[in-house]
Amino acid sequence: MSMDRDAADRPTAALITHEDGSFLEKLEMRLRRGRFAFLAPAIVGTLSLFTGRGAVIALPYGFLLAFFLIPFLIVLKISFSETALSIPPYTELIEVVDDGFEYFVNIKLNLSNYWTILSEDTYVRAYLNSAKIAAISTALCLLIGFPMAYAMARADETIRPTLLMLVILPFWTSFLIRVYAWIVILKTEGGLLNTFLISIGVISADDPLRILNTEWAMYIGIVYSYLPFMVLPLYANLERMDMTLLEAAADLGCRPIKAFWVVTVPLAIPGIIAGCFLVFIPAVGEYVIPELMSGDNVRVIGRKLFTDFASERNWPLAAAVSVVLLMILVIPIMLFQRQQARLQEAGR
Amino acid sequence: MNTASAARVPFEPWNDPKAKPYIRIVNVTKTFGDFVAVDNMNLDIYQREFFSLLGPSGCGKTTLLRMLAGFERPTSGRIELDGVDMSTVPPYERPVNMMFQSYALFPHMTVEENIAFGLRQDGVPKEERNRRVEEMLTLVQLTKFGKRKPHQLSGGQRQRVALARSLVKKPKMLLLDEPLGALDKKLREQTQFELMNIQEQVGITFVIVTHDQEEAMTVSSRIAVMNHGRIAQVATPTEIYEYPNSRYVAEFIGDVNVFEGRLSDVAPDHVVITSAEAGTQVYVDRGTSAALGATVWVAVRPEKLDVSLTAPEQPDFNCVKGTVWDIGYLGNLTIYHVRLADGKKVTAAVANRTRLRDRPITWNDEVYLSWAADSAVVLVS
Repeated sequence: MSMDRDAADRPTAALITHEDGSFLEKLEMRLRRGRFAFLAPAIVGTLSLFTGRGAVIALPYGFLLAFFLIPFLIVLKISFSETALSIPPYTELIEVVDDGFEYFVNIKLNLSNYWTILSEDTYVRAYLNSAKIAAISTALCLLIGFPMAYAMARADETIRPTLLMLVILPFWTSFLIRVYAWIVILKTEGGLLNTFLISIGVISADDPLRILNTEWAMYIGIVYSYLPFMVLPLYANLERMDMTLLEAAADLGCRPIKAFWVVTVPLAIPGIIAGCFLVFIPAVGEYVIPELMSGDNVRVIGRKLFTDFASERNWPLAAAVSVVLLMILVIPIMLFQRQQARLQEAGR
Repeated sequence: MNTASAARVPFEPWNDPKAKPYIRIVNVTKTFGDFVAVDNMNLDIYQREFFSLLGPSGCGKTTLLRMLAGFERPTSGRIELDGVDMSTVPPYERPVNMMFQSYALFPHMTVEENIAFGLRQDGVPKEERNRRVEEMLTLVQLTKFGKRKPHQLSGGQRQRVALARSLVKKPKMLLLDEPLGALDKKLREQTQFELMNIQEQVGITFVIVTHDQEEAMTVSSRIAVMNHGRIAQVATPTEIYEYPNSRYVAEFIGDVNVFEGRLSDVAPDHVVITSAEAGTQVYVDRGTSAALGATVWVAVRPEKLDVSLTAPEQPDFNCVKGTVWDIGYLGNLTIYHVRLADGKKVTAAVANRTRLRDRPITWNDEVYLSWAADSAVVLVS
């Protein structure tokens, strides 16, 4: 078989992009190969605003600019200021001084908020504890979500939409109401779970289960709330899997259980990664569930932030806490982005 | 590449009463609900055969192949391989491998890992594994591509990886499900011959499913033509083409002109059919099982018809007269569509052995179509 033939029947789409692509496409190609590959979409996106078809995507970029980047810059600004008894309760960074002879522009960058966070044990521990809780919750979601998604993807095609609907259905109710529902279920005195267990005689009325206001309750709440974010990407991935691959594995002498580990799981990795990030990232900053379900002794960064912001009215410190949190989360987000980009390049 | 051997021994174990079938399909039926996919099938396949299951989609050929692989269990009947009943053996314990229509290469593994997969399942030691993978890569001419992932290969290369992966375990039988279906025509033709060479080299029994009759004709030792879960005919490509046993087989394989008629003379060495449809008597120099007066069909292949502007020497037999209705010029062949007096259309294919100017037949010409006594086949069903 000649080499020419092999070249001839290979798809040529990639070649066309290289040779006939516009300036922006070439630029993006170059950027993607460089060290700052993760910035490529942003740079090219910004530049493409000035080209004809760029106008179409100006809307989402404009949205992100107005509702993400600008608010973030405001938070960043506050984090470098000092508290003050004023409205709003912080000092301005830029001060214009007019002493009668000359104008001065004073810029005061106050780094003490960051120093507080890095040096005070409570903050460091709260960050670590949040990360730990998020990691455990992510692992639990994966443990529960994978079999769920697997069963859904292998279910009869006619009932798959129904199963998918059941996963999405909780979103029709407010998040807060669902958390309160769990409180009603888990309450020690007269909670639904305890009442039920007592009525069937599994536990005695004198010694009910004490779940609410413990770490257990918090994990139940987080895992319950974020499970759909694990199940949906996993389902999308597993459902797309070519089932003949499992037949091929069996044909080559591989037993079904082993085929699951050497074929299904490796092919599900993109879905696993997507699901884990979608659970981990919001779980780190989770405030409502620990606040309402875990009792007072579980210290997470979300609660710390809220105390600083609302009780202490220390907006600059609270702003610094959230900037640090964002910086911590940017690392996994970037890893996630890189993974997605790699998958796209691999054409899968 | 195979060298032309001086003395070729014909490979025809099916004609040898002492030969033992390697694969026996005995009274196999497979139903899906009400649908009978395979209907009480009996089939013997011999060692080293290149056996084709040919038929239109939905004829049960793929179901039969999947039963041979172990992905489906027969509803009743049994499948024996080398004397062992395979009916209840799961696919991962069968000494059988399959090449999938979609190739089903593992996208997360390199070419080498894909080929080594089967050996790994059997616990073949690493050195031997590497050696056998290397052997296979050489066989399919992909030695330079071992480290690539499937998505970095062309369709033809993927097809060869799939072949290597299914051959590396040296199965007793290799099943191929439309192995060349995804390739373009030129590559497909070339690969057909490669496949035959590889089969000769490895000496493994191949069972191939295809709907492409040219492919089946090219590669097979024998072909089973299937229809609605049953076998219509099992024979060598030549027999299938020259002596089909029914109108279904005759029409499925290649083009054919069929005339209905009645047997007006029956002798052990010849028969005569009077066909009102053709408007002639047909003399065929082979006997038939049908009785005098029975309705039969005469099948004549287009290329066996002689087209001429003048009447042949014996215009009373094997000769019909008509008008040229359409001419299809294919380069190597010219196809004449000729309309008989009663409106029936007959197709004749004439090899273009001379230049265009020497072929005077044109539209609306009155022509005689004639054929030799050994060209037509009498079909009783």
